[in-house]
Amino acid sequence: MHDTAAHRVTRWALRLIVIGYLLFLVIWPVALVAAKTFSNGLAPVIDALRQPEVIFAFQLTLSAAFWAVVINTIFGVGISLLLVRYTFPGRRALNAMVDLPLSVSPVVVGLALVLVYSGRTGWLGQSLEQAGLQVIYAPPGIIMATAFVSLPLVIRELVPVLHEIGTEQEQAARSLGASGLQTFVRITLPAIKWGLIYGVVLSLARSLGEFGAVKIVSGGVAMRTQTATLLVEERYQQFGVVNSITAYTAAFILALIAVIALIIITSLRPRRETSQ
Amino acid sequence: MTPSPGTVEEAQQPVPTPPAGAATNAGGLGDRHRLRRAKSATSLTPISGLGLGIALIWFSLLVLIPLTAVLVQASAAGWSAYWDALSSPQTLAALRLTIGTAVLVTAVNVVMGTAIAWVLVRDQFRGKRLLEVVIDIPFALPTIVAGLVLLSLYGASSPLGVNWANTRVAVFLAFLFVTLPFIVRTVQPVLLELEHEVEEAAASLGASRLTTFRLVILPSLAPAITSGAALSFCRAISEYGSLVLLSGNLPYSTEVASVRIMSSIEGDKLTEAAAVASILLVVALIVIVVLDVISRRVARYA
Repeated sequence: MHDTAAHRVTRWALRLIVIGYLLFLVIWPVALVAAKTFSNGLAPVIDALRQPEVIFAFQLTLSAAFWAVVINTIFGVGISLLLVRYTFPGRRALNAMVDLPLSVSPVVVGLALVLVYSGRTGWLGQSLEQAGLQVIYAPPGIIMATAFVSLPLVIRELVPVLHEIGTEQEQAARSLGASGLQTFVRITLPAIKWGLIYGVVLSLARSLGEFGAVKIVSGGVAMRTQTATLLVEERYQQFGVVNSITAYTAAFILALIAVIALIIITSLRPRRETSQ
Repeated sequence: MTPSPGTVEEAQQPVPTPPAGAATNAGGLGDRHRLRRAKSATSLTPISGLGLGIALIWFSLLVLIPLTAVLVQASAAGWSAYWDALSSPQTLAALRLTIGTAVLVTAVNVVMGTAIAWVLVRDQFRGKRLLEVVIDIPFALPTIVAGLVLLSLYGASSPLGVNWANTRVAVFLAFLFVTLPFIVRTVQPVLLELEHEVEEAAASLGASRLTTFRLVILPSLAPAITSGAALSFCRAISEYGSLVLLSGNLPYSTEVASVRIMSSIEGDKLTEAAAVASILLVVALIVIVVLDVISRRVARYA
């Protein structure tokens, strides 16, 4: 097409508008948080990270995210295989339903889990409590809330890949006498490997950052049920430079993890394509 | 690799799909390959049947039963109590602010999201790859951190000299931030797939760029923009984390629906909380149905 002066002006204008928009909405604010974290140098940041509450919060966040991701990975691989490779009544409904957790407000997720699993009034929570399992205001509730919000991410990655690879190789393996498990480990798993890793990184990033749902089900008690995101909220609302630096430090680390996850994903995507 | 309609889209997409944007892409238009019944799909074997059973039990325990409990709790005290909970002035104000701001933000996203996708696909300049990562940051960033991030540029100690903390502008900015990637990531793959020939044909027949855009490009992007807008609207009305530190949550002024639910929960008024939650839940369900219809329609024309 002829690149006239008018077109060039339009292109430049559009480019500048887009870059300006992203600068004011994302780039500058994110850079400011990094700058504020280190505004008094490195020492207060390291002090903040040494606080037992901070260490505890990150440990709790990591372990809850770990279990949520393990559950979602197993569940996600299973559901994806079922949705793609099998037919059964209600398949289409299930296909639509697995996306539901992405559209539900985290606050509604928290409320929903409390209504069922609260030891005081919950539908199932009362009997679980009698059996000695406390869900709400305890780690199992945090894991469930985290697993809820990141549930579709692995499935979302695997379903298109499973469709793409088809079943010829799997059928060949089966006809040569491989068991179902052997076929899965030798044929299916290597083929979906990058999609799976991608989905797991996404789930992990989402799980580490969950706030609203976890706030409701955990109660957010320091040193007991306070995760990293809840710590950011609590410390930011308290007075004093130390609290403020602690909030910014925890936020900075969460942001850093998120950006690293993004970079991993960015570099994985092309590799995933060439691997096919 | 044999290119089928679905695989082309996957393969031509050189950009990382963001956390929920993975869902956006696959959920919006890429859905066609999920829904296309695989030719080789078989009926259940005993082992896969057992797997399905276990998966359904877990899915019910985690998602279906709790969400049903919200609807049951909302209706437990009868219609009049449900209506009272929703029609209290404070709740109405919160719902009005939430929906009004979400509509406004979605409108901005329709224009800016399409523009960003256009620049990412059709323009070439240094640092474009960096912009790809920047688009995804709002997805990957924990929402509480997103609030802190916006507060640092638009809050009390803003280098711009503005202080929009605790105002409705803050609600608008927070929604805008968290919904940034949706339309970009649904429109981008479609724009990549679009044939240059059609545009060149339109141009050679004397159509101006604007006419070409309006009559040739825009109609092809419309389903992607619609599904991105639906997701963006849905994400905006359910936003909570980024507002906690940023908007001040002032009743009748900056309190949104999910903050209203949270304060009802904290006040142990679960029925009231469930009533407002049921509205958000119904909107989420409508969005899922709309997306399903759109992806079905796109699959038919593909």
